[in-house]
Order: sequence, then C-alpha cells, then structure tokens
Amino acid sequence: MSERVLMKGNEAIAEAAIQAGCRFFFGYPITPQNELPEYMSRRMPQVEGTFLQAESEVAAINMVYGAAGAGARVMTSSSSPGISLKQEGISYLAGAELPAVIVNIVRGGPGLGSIQPSQGAYFQAVKGGGHGDYRLLVLAPANLQEAVDLVTEAFDLADLYRNPVLILGDGLLGQMMEPVEFRKLPSRELPPKTWATTGMRHHPHKNIINSLVLDAPGLEKHILHLQEKYARMNLHEQRAKSLHCADAEVVIVAYGSTARIAKTAVMSLRQSGLKVGLFRPVTLWPFPVNTLSELVPKVKAFLTVEMNAGQMVEDVKLAVNGARPVHFYGRMGGMVPTPEEISSECVRVLGGVR
Amino acid sequence: MTFEVVMAGFGGQGVMLMGQILAYAGMVHGKQVSWMPSYGPEMRGGTANCTVIVADEAVGSPVVAHPYAVVALNRPSLDKFESAVRPGGVLIYNESLISTPPTRSDIKVVAVAANQIADELGNVKVANMVALGALLEVTDLVPMECIIAALKKALPAHRQDMLAVNLAAIERGKQAAVIP
Amino acid sequence: MAKVFARPESLVDMQSHYCPGCTHGIIHRLIAEVMDELKFADRAIGVAPVGCAVLGYMYFACDMHQAAHGRAPAVATGIKRVVPDGVVFTYQGDGDLASIGCAEIVHAAARGENITTIFVNNGIYGMTGGQMAPTTLPGDKTSTSPYGRDTHKQGFPIRVAEMLATLDGPAYIARVSVHSVPNIVRARRAIKKAFEYQIAGKGFTLVEVLSTCPTNWGLTPLEALDKVAKDMLPYYPLGEYKDIESGAGAKK
Repeated sequence: MSERVLMKGNEAIAEAAIQAGCRFFFGYPITPQNELPEYMSRRMPQVEGTFLQAESEVAAINMVYGAAGAGARVMTSSSSPGISLKQEGISYLAGAELPAVIVNIVRGGPGLGSIQPSQGAYFQAVKGGGHGDYRLLVLAPANLQEAVDLVTEAFDLADLYRNPVLILGDGLLGQMMEPVEFRKLPSRELPPKTWATTGMRHHPHKNIINSLVLDAPGLEKHILHLQEKYARMNLHEQRAKSLHCADAEVVIVAYGSTARIAKTAVMSLRQSGLKVGLFRPVTLWPFPVNTLSELVPKVKAFLTVEMNAGQMVEDVKLAVNGARPVHFYGRMGGMVPTPEEISSECVRVLGGVR
Repeated sequence: MTFEVVMAGFGGQGVMLMGQILAYAGMVHGKQVSWMPSYGPEMRGGTANCTVIVADEAVGSPVVAHPYAVVALNRPSLDKFESAVRPGGVLIYNESLISTPPTRSDIKVVAVAANQIADELGNVKVANMVALGALLEVTDLVPMECIIAALKKALPAHRQDMLAVNLAAIERGKQAAVIP
Repeated sequence: MAKVFARPESLVDMQSHYCPGCTHGIIHRLIAEVMDELKFADRAIGVAPVGCAVLGYMYFACDMHQAAHGRAPAVATGIKRVVPDGVVFTYQGDGDLASIGCAEIVHAAARGENITTIFVNNGIYGMTGGQMAPTTLPGDKTSTSPYGRDTHKQGFPIRVAEMLATLDGPAYIARVSVHSVPNIVRARRAIKKAFEYQIAGKGFTLVEVLSTCPTNWGLTPLEALDKVAKDMLPYYPLGEYKDIESGAGAKK
C-alpha cells in the first residue's frame, strides 16, 4: 500500500502496526478508540495474526506482557480510564524490559470524565503512571501521517531498547480522517530476541521473564541498569519540530493536536506581522530539552498551550530554567482551544514583552 | 486558500459520508484535506456533524468555530450553525425539512429541496448528495471528476450500481442551487 | 545398584524456600514428573504467580514468566497465542486465582484457552502472613478473620472447580489432594491428563490441588494433613468435574 488513502486516525494507527509486523493485538472497547480494535479484528485474520478482545484492560495488558515475553511484536490500545487500568502491566513490562507498543487515545478525566479530546494524561504518560523508577518512550503525533510513521518506528524503538513505547494521541487524532501513505522507513539493526520464552528447544539455557528482585542490592543494580538505558534514550531520541522560531519573540510550545491548532494561530499571527513561532515536542519523553533550551536566548517569552490544566508546562519551565517567562493557556474537559483563542493569548503575551 | 465546511443533520441523513466524499475528492484533486466528526454517546437518532477542510497548505486545526460554509440538512442543524458561518460565507439549507428560512444577510444563503429531489430520483437516501451538489455549484470546491473518483472509492463493491443515482442527485443539486 | 528414586530432570537442583511440611514441594514434583514423562520440558513455558509460589520460576527447568498478582492466565494466553505449539501452564494459589485473578481465570476458561492451570488451594494467604482467602473455610481463624470466618460478614468460600465446570470452554477440570499417598498418586494422574489434553489441543484444563499451610494454620505438618482430610474434603469434594472425553460434568 503506497498510494495515499483517506483514513480515520484510529484505523491508520492500526494499519501502521500491521505494516510494521505487529501480529498480536489484545484490547478492550472504550471510546474514542474503538475503531482501532475493530480494525484489528478485521485485519489480523487476513495476515494470520491474532486479535483477542480481552475481558478487561488489565487482562489485555497482561496478555501483551505474555506475548512480548514470548518475543512477538504486540500492541494494545485504549483511552484514559483504560490506560489507568493498564498501569500495572506497563510497570511490569518496563521492569522486565519487554518491547511493546501501547496506544492512548486520550479523553477527558479524571474519573470517567468525558469522551471528548484531552491531553490530561501527560503526567501519567511521562512521569510514570505505574509504580517504580521507569520511563516509557512517549511519542506524540500531530497529524495522521506522522502517527503512521511514528507507530511504524515505535516497534523498532521498542525492540531496540527493550522498552514499552507509548503513542499518545487524543480523541481528535483518533476520530479525524486525513490522507496517509504507508511507506517503508529505513529499518534499523535490531538485536535478536534471545531472551524470549519460546521453550528451551530454541535456546541453550532456561529463559525467565521477571520483574521481581527480592534482594535490595540486586534491585538497585537493576534500576541503575534501567537508568543507564533511559540516559541513552534521552541522548538519542529527543525529537521536536519548530516553525518560525528563528526570529520569534514569543514561542508557543504545544504537542499533538493542540500543536496543529496552534500552528493555525501562528500562521495567522505571522500574516499580521507578529513574530510568533511554534515549538512542537514529538517525543514527550525524552522531552526535547536540548532544542528547546537553544531557543531560550533568542526568545522573549514562551506560551505553553495544552488541553489540560497545565502539565507539560512544568517540563517547559524545567527546560527554560527561569531564564524567560513561561505562560500557560489550557482548555479542559474535552474543550478544544480554537486558533482565535490561542492567537489572542499570544497577543496578550506579546504585549507584555514589548 | 482554505475552505472549511460543516455538514450537519440527523443521524442517518448521511452527513458523515457526504463529508468523507468531499474530503476524498479534495485529496484526489491534490489538496490537503481533513475530516473530523462530532462524536458522542448516541449511536442513532441524534444530530451529527462533521467538519471538512480543503486547503492548499497542511491543515492546522481540523475543527473551526467559524467555517466558510455550512450545509444544514435539518432544522436543529440550521439553528446550531447559522450564526457560525463566516461573514461572506455560504449556507446551504434543506428546504424540504426546514420551513423557516435563515435570516442572515451577510452570507450567501442557498435553499435546496434535497429530500424532494431525492424522492423524485426514487431514493430519499441521496438527499445528502443533492445538498453536496448545491455546495459544489456555489463554491466550486473540487471538479466533478474528483467527486466521481471519490464516489467510486466510497461505494462498496456490491453498491457500485448506486453510482448513477448518486451522480444524478449531485447534478440535480447543482441545478437547484439558486442564490436568492 | 539400580536407582529407583531421583529428582525429576524438570525440577532444578536447588533448595526451595517453602516452609517445612508445606505441600507445594510435592505439587512441584508432580508437575516435573509429568514434564519428564511426557517429555515436553523443552517446549514448556510456565507462568509463576504472586503468592508463596512467586519464586516458582526458579524451580522448574523450563522457560518461565513471572506474572502480576492474579494475571497468570492472561499472561499465559499471550504466550500461548505466540507459541501455539508450546506447553503453557500457570501455577497459582487461592488468593491469586480465586480472589484478585477471578476475572482472568474465568475468561481463560470460558475461551477454552489451550493452557493448563495448577490451582493450589490451602484456604489462606501464605506469603503475606496468613490472611483470609476466598477459599478459607467458614469459622476458620486467620490474621484478618481473627474471630473465625463469619459468613454473614465475610461471605462464603468459592468452589473454583465446580464454578469453572459450569462453563463450556474447559476440557478438563478436577479437584485432587496431596494429603496422603493414594491421593498424591491420583493427583499425578489428573495433572498428567490435564497436560495430555493441552498437548492434544483439547482446550482449557485446570487441576485444583488441596494443599496445606502448617505455618499459618498453626499446626504441625501431620496435623495439617489431617485438617485437609477432616475439614477441607467435606467442603471441597474431590473428583473430576469436567472431562470432555468421558462426558463428566457435561450438560445434560
């Protein structure tokens, strides 16, 4: 499939996973990501793969845990309340160092919240979510082509680092349609999965998938090993995109679908002659500190825009480290900011720096 | 150039499909496009709407507060979206189901008897295509050959025989679209 | 001199952490003996639970996966779907399977997932220090039912074998005990049949094994074996509750 096709975000993500060699999907229905498991239930039998609707999100992520341990390319998807349920298994995957791709099509919270788009799961995604000192690679696409490309790459990244990768979308990206193209990305050299529990006929020694280390020095050593891995991820995987940042006085920092709305605002402000730019983190963890801090000396102020009460803004403040004011504008509960709102907030910030 | 269109109606009137066909045709035409549905807990009967954007540049926000055009297939949709149309924009409304015409004078208001024309064609389900025809006539968004390509894509293999009636509906919509 | 008794090859040569008099060791041995006899250790993948058998992944000489509390059937499902010609088993206690993991075991059974579960029921939480389990007998004292399990306030024990036997998915469900030599022989037979059924692709199999916890019951090992016979057997009758070959437990 190389022609451009018009697809829903949820379906495009599912097809990208299939194209990336994912042959196992375990999930549970929840709005607004239902088209993803539905698509998998149609597609997996066509490629001799497995789709299984689990009895709960908890069971689904633990099926992922088993399948990943046995060496398969495996995916699960859900939306905020379901992702909360999956945190147990995500922590185990991280502890046992297993590759898997998890998709969160975020909706409003807390609690049952709403089914409308939100970015209220930022903290959960990048600061842990489950228990223990672990990190996920967190990728935040802003359009469906990027979602397709990032999902394709996510499986490689998961295998490369032996780490779960989270695709953080939202109801907007899951539900909208855009043209996408499924293209072959340059493949990486990936380590063989000699650790997989496929039976001892396949390897000379017994393989154990485990996250339990009862002796304290042993667990500390394991956690230090994980931190070393996260440091490598932090060194190599920070990604961001910039638009009109070179001469910008105010830079908007936004990710995912908020960033594409902010882009509309930036384009219209530029037409009015205002020097505004957009900085869009593509990886939320590792947070693109390096490229963001390069902007600090050139910029007078930052404006973080999110569909939450202010979560990523904390990481922006850490990166800016007090050198410039960092403002925040957020909508919550499924309310999506309009380009006009972002523009007027930007003008307000600009007024302050002049 | 960026055209934003909101299409709205009852669930079952085919507004989602109408939007998808426009988006697909835009893509075939070489434009940047997006389609964004409203989504809620109701599966049937409620109001449904979608936003289609056809642009030269990559689409920013897939939802807009003030679209260039609105296609309203029923009264609640007109009530909800009449005020949203950008000044100078276009409002297509389904005369068959809306007895009280819109009041805005700063936009192009176009009446089309979508259900009546669809009935005359023998298939009330193509009322959405009549309205789409009216939109295409007034806005010149995409050429007809792209709409034909999109329809062929959108109709499943066992429904390709519906192509002719859909095209006829679009043509009748074009003819009926009279700017008052 | 001919060797008549030896450690099964499928059991790793190491000292276990189980308490003196605990019957986990016997049950481990029975599984390992069956692995040796049916020669599937090289394609076995075991799933260890949370509970006393949490370190079970160390003891079996085959690939092992340590699961979260109660989730072993889900983990085993994931493994089995990836390695369909593997022999996948879970080893779970009563807290793990009948309390926190109730949903996972019921649905693995309902799907007829082609795995084998060894369910060790001693009616108490061992590893955490003797708290009440879903299978604790009415009136039994534990550290969270210090006045004895009061069924008005704490509900009734769950008979897992009977409950799962009502489902259409399972191929074989049995309850056995290891409190005496004849029962150990019968337990081995049931475990062997369960694995044979899995290898033949017949579907979900579960063997519930009545077991002891001398430490948390506050009894000597021998007294503990007597308690199984005297108190547990009347509440948890032994037998084959479902066997798709013989028709036991099949719908009338």
